[in-house]
Amino acid sequence: MILDSKSPAGPLAEKWTKHKFNSKLVNPANKRKYDVIVVGTGLAGASAAASLAELGYNVKAFTFHDSPRRAHSIAAQGGINAAKNYQNDGDSVFRLFYDTIKGGDYRARESNVYRLAEVSVSIIDQCVAQGVPFAREYGGLLANRSFGGAQVSRTFYARGQTGQQLLLGAYSALSRQVANGKVKLYPRTEMMDVVVIDGHARGIVTRNVITGEVETHAAHAVLLCTGGYGNVFFLSTNAMGCNVTAAWRAHKRGAYFANPCFTQIHPTCIPVSGDHQSKLTLMSESLRNDGRVWVPKTVETAEKLRKGQIKAAEIKEEDRDYFLERKYPSFGNLVPRDVASRNAKEVCDEGKGVNETGEAVFLDFRDAIKRDTEALIKAKYGNLFDMYQQITGENPYQTPMMIYPAVHYTMGGLWVDYNLMTTVPGLYALGEANFSDHGANRLGASALMQGLADGYFVIPYTLGDYLAQTPPVKVDASHPEFAKVSREVKDRISQLLNIDGKKSVDYFHKKLGKIMWNECGMARTEEGLKKAKADIQALRKEFWSNVKVLGQNEELNQSLEKAHRVADFLELGELMVDDALNRNESCGGHFRVEYQTPEGEALRDDENFAYVAAWKYTGDNKEEELVKEPLAFENVKLTQRSYK
Amino acid sequence: MKLTLKIWRQKNSADTGGFVTYPIDGISKDMSFLEMMDVLNEELTEKNQDPVHFDHDCREGICGTCSLYIDGKPHGPLQTTTCQLHMRSFSDGDTITIEPWRAKAFPVLKDLVVDRSSFDRIIQAGGYVSVNTGGVPDANEIPIPKTMADLAMDAAQCIGCGACVAACKNASAMLFTSAKVSQLALLPQGQIERKTRAEKMVAQMDAEGFGACTNTGACEAECPKGISLTNIARMNREYFSAVMSSENM
Repeated sequence: MILDSKSPAGPLAEKWTKHKFNSKLVNPANKRKYDVIVVGTGLAGASAAASLAELGYNVKAFTFHDSPRRAHSIAAQGGINAAKNYQNDGDSVFRLFYDTIKGGDYRARESNVYRLAEVSVSIIDQCVAQGVPFAREYGGLLANRSFGGAQVSRTFYARGQTGQQLLLGAYSALSRQVANGKVKLYPRTEMMDVVVIDGHARGIVTRNVITGEVETHAAHAVLLCTGGYGNVFFLSTNAMGCNVTAAWRAHKRGAYFANPCFTQIHPTCIPVSGDHQSKLTLMSESLRNDGRVWVPKTVETAEKLRKGQIKAAEIKEEDRDYFLERKYPSFGNLVPRDVASRNAKEVCDEGKGVNETGEAVFLDFRDAIKRDTEALIKAKYGNLFDMYQQITGENPYQTPMMIYPAVHYTMGGLWVDYNLMTTVPGLYALGEANFSDHGANRLGASALMQGLADGYFVIPYTLGDYLAQTPPVKVDASHPEFAKVSREVKDRISQLLNIDGKKSVDYFHKKLGKIMWNECGMARTEEGLKKAKADIQALRKEFWSNVKVLGQNEELNQSLEKAHRVADFLELGELMVDDALNRNESCGGHFRVEYQTPEGEALRDDENFAYVAAWKYTGDNKEEELVKEPLAFENVKLTQRSYK
Repeated sequence: MKLTLKIWRQKNSADTGGFVTYPIDGISKDMSFLEMMDVLNEELTEKNQDPVHFDHDCREGICGTCSLYIDGKPHGPLQTTTCQLHMRSFSDGDTITIEPWRAKAFPVLKDLVVDRSSFDRIIQAGGYVSVNTGGVPDANEIPIPKTMADLAMDAAQCIGCGACVAACKNASAMLFTSAKVSQLALLPQGQIERKTRAEKMVAQMDAEGFGACTNTGACEAECPKGISLTNIARMNREYFSAVMSSENM
C-alpha cells in the first residue's frame, strides 16, 4: 500500500494558492454549527484554537497544564525563521524552502515545506500585530540574527525568549476567544484516548487531573497539537510533562506514525552532572553565532583538564582544536545541528572531552567579548549566560561554557497529508506532533515557524474543506463507542493502580531512557538496535507486572499520570527501534554507523530510502506494518549535504 | 548533605492540612531543588507513602509552573524560579520549610499545588490586542523605537508564576497585571484598546479577590524575572486616566 499525500499538482509556487481556492468553504452562518476539539495549547494548539474560533467554529481546548501559557513552546529561545528578506541578503521563499529541504537531508515532502516557507512571512506580521516585542534596530524596524544551516539572516527573535513571547501572543489571542465564549478551555485535563466512529474521529476521552473524573467530549473534528516525544529518552530538553500519549493513543486507533526514529540531538546543552539529573537544559543555538566550539588538540591536555590540573584559559591557541571551523570552513560553528552534535560526540569518543565525565566540549566567548565588548555580548545573550551560571555555578564571561548534545526535538510524528490530516479522517496533527516539514533534521528557529504556520495559516483552510463535507448536525457523546472507549480508559487506570509492584514509574522511565540513548541516540548499529528491541520488550513486560503506582484515581495523582505516559513510551520506544532498523541508510539525525562516507558523514541511500516510513498499528505486542509514502523531488536536486 | 524538610501536606482543597517533617540524606550540591524533591518522592514511594505533590514542568525557569514557598520566600533564597535553585544554596544540616503559595485567589488543590486560573481570567479580561488572524499590515509598517520595544519586552518577560502575589502581605496581583498592561500600553499596537484594557483587567483582578497594593516592593524583590515596580506606577497612571475619561460608566 502506498500513502497518498494529497499534494496538489502544478508548479511548486502555485500549489498552496490553488489548493486554497479548490478547498470547499463553510459559510459563515454554518460555522457555528461545527464543534472542534483542540488538544494542547502550545504554539500550534493555541494558534489553531484562536484562529478557528475567530472564524466562528465552536472550539474546546484541552491542556494538562494549569494554564495554556505553560506549554513547552514557551521554552524555545533563539528565534523564528521567516523569508522576509528584510536584510537584503538574498533570502527568498525558495531559499528558505531549499535550506529546509536540504537541512532535513531530503527526507521531507516538498509541497509542505514550500508552503511553510511561503506562510512564514505572514507569521511575523501576525505576531507583531498582536504586540509580540521582537528585537528592533535603532530605526525602529525589526532585527534579525543568523542561525545554523543558513547563510542568510532570517531569524526574528525576542531576546533569548522568542518561544515565550510567541506563545504569549498566541495565548493572548486564545484568551480573547475564551472571553468571547468561542473557546471553552479545559485546563488540567489530559486526553486519554480518541473516539473513532464509522472511521471518523468524533471526540476524545479525558481525565480531569484534579478529580480523576473520566469524561467524554464529542466534536466534528479533533486536532492533536500535543508536541513531540523526546522524553522517551528520559533525559531531554523537553519539559517534564511532555509525552507521546495523545499521539500514541491516536496511533493505536488507526493513525499511522511516521519516521519515529528521526529525533534531533541538539548540540548546545548543558552537560549531565550526575544520576540525579531530571532534565537537560538547552542553551540556544544562537550562541553558536559568536561562541567558538573547541577541545584540546591532544588527549593528554584533555586529561589534565578533566583532572583539574589546568584551566581552559591556560591552553594556548595552537593547542586548541576548533574542530567545526577546521572541518567545515564555510559554515564553521553554524553547521546544522546533527552535524555539530555528531562531531562533538566524535571528539569526546576520541578522549578529548573537557569535563569530569569526558562528555563535554567548550563553547568559548573569549574572542567575541574581545571583539564586541562584554556589554554587547550581555545584551545579546545575557539571560542564557545567567541561566548557565545558575545551573553550573560557573561564570561563562570568564571561563568557556561546557556543552554536550542532548535530545531536543522529534521530527517524526503522526503521518499527515498536505491538509495535516492523519490517516483517520477528521483527526489532524499540528506542530511537533506531526512529521511533516523537517525531514530527518530540523533547522534551528524552524519549530516555532512550523507550529504557528500550521495553527494560524494552514488548518483554518484545510479543516474547512473537511467540515464542508461533513453534515452540520449536532454531535454528542451518546454513541456507544464513547462509553466503550471510556470504559477501556478506566480499566487501564485500575490496572495500573492494582499492579502493586516494587519499582517506581521513574525507575522504568530511566531504564528505557538509557536503552534509547545508548542504542537509538546519536549513533545506531544493527546489532545495538536488535539488542535494544529485546531489552525494551523485557522492560515493558516488567513494567506491567512490577510497577508501583500509589494512591487512587479520584484525586490529584502525579504518579498515575506519569505511569500512563511511561507505559506509552515503552511501546513507542520499540517502534523507534524498528524504524531505525528498517532505515538502512544514514540521514540527518539518523546516523547508522554502517552507512557513512569515508569522511564520516551521513551516507544516504536515495534509491532505496527516499520515502516516509509510516507505521500501521496491528495489535498489542504485534509487529507494526510499514507503509511507504515515496518522496518525489521535482524542484531540488538531491546531493550529498556539504557544509564544508 | 543531610537535611530536614518541613513540608505542607494537604490531601485536597477541603482538607485543613499541616506540616510533616521528613529527614533526607545523600543530597548533592549540584542537584536542583526539585531534583531533591524527586529524591524525596522516590523514597516516599519506596515506603508506600503518598509522594509530595508539587507543580513543575520545564525546569529551566521559563514556564512559570513551579511555585514553592521556601523558608518564607517565594522560590527560595535566590531571585530565581524554584527549578533554577540549586542545593548549593543550602548547607549540610539545614532545616528547610516548604509551603504552597498562600493567597485567597490561589486556593490549594493538594500539598504544594495551587490553582492560579485567576491569572488566566485577568488576561482574558483584556490582556491582548484584538486582531484576528490574517489581514494585518506588514511587520515593518509598524516601526517601534528600540527603547520602547525594550521596555515592552522587560514587562513581557513575566512568566505568570505568582511569586509576586505570594510575596505580598496583601496578596496583591498588581505586578502581574501591570506587566501586561504596561507591555501593551508601551506599544503602538496596544493604543486602540488602552483605556478599556486597563479598566477591565483591574476590575477582574479585584473580582478575583487579590489584595490592594501598598507599595512595599516585596513583589519586585522576589520576582524571578525582575519585573519592575515602575510597571505598577504605569498601570496606575493608565487606570486613572482611563477612569477619568471612561465611556464605560
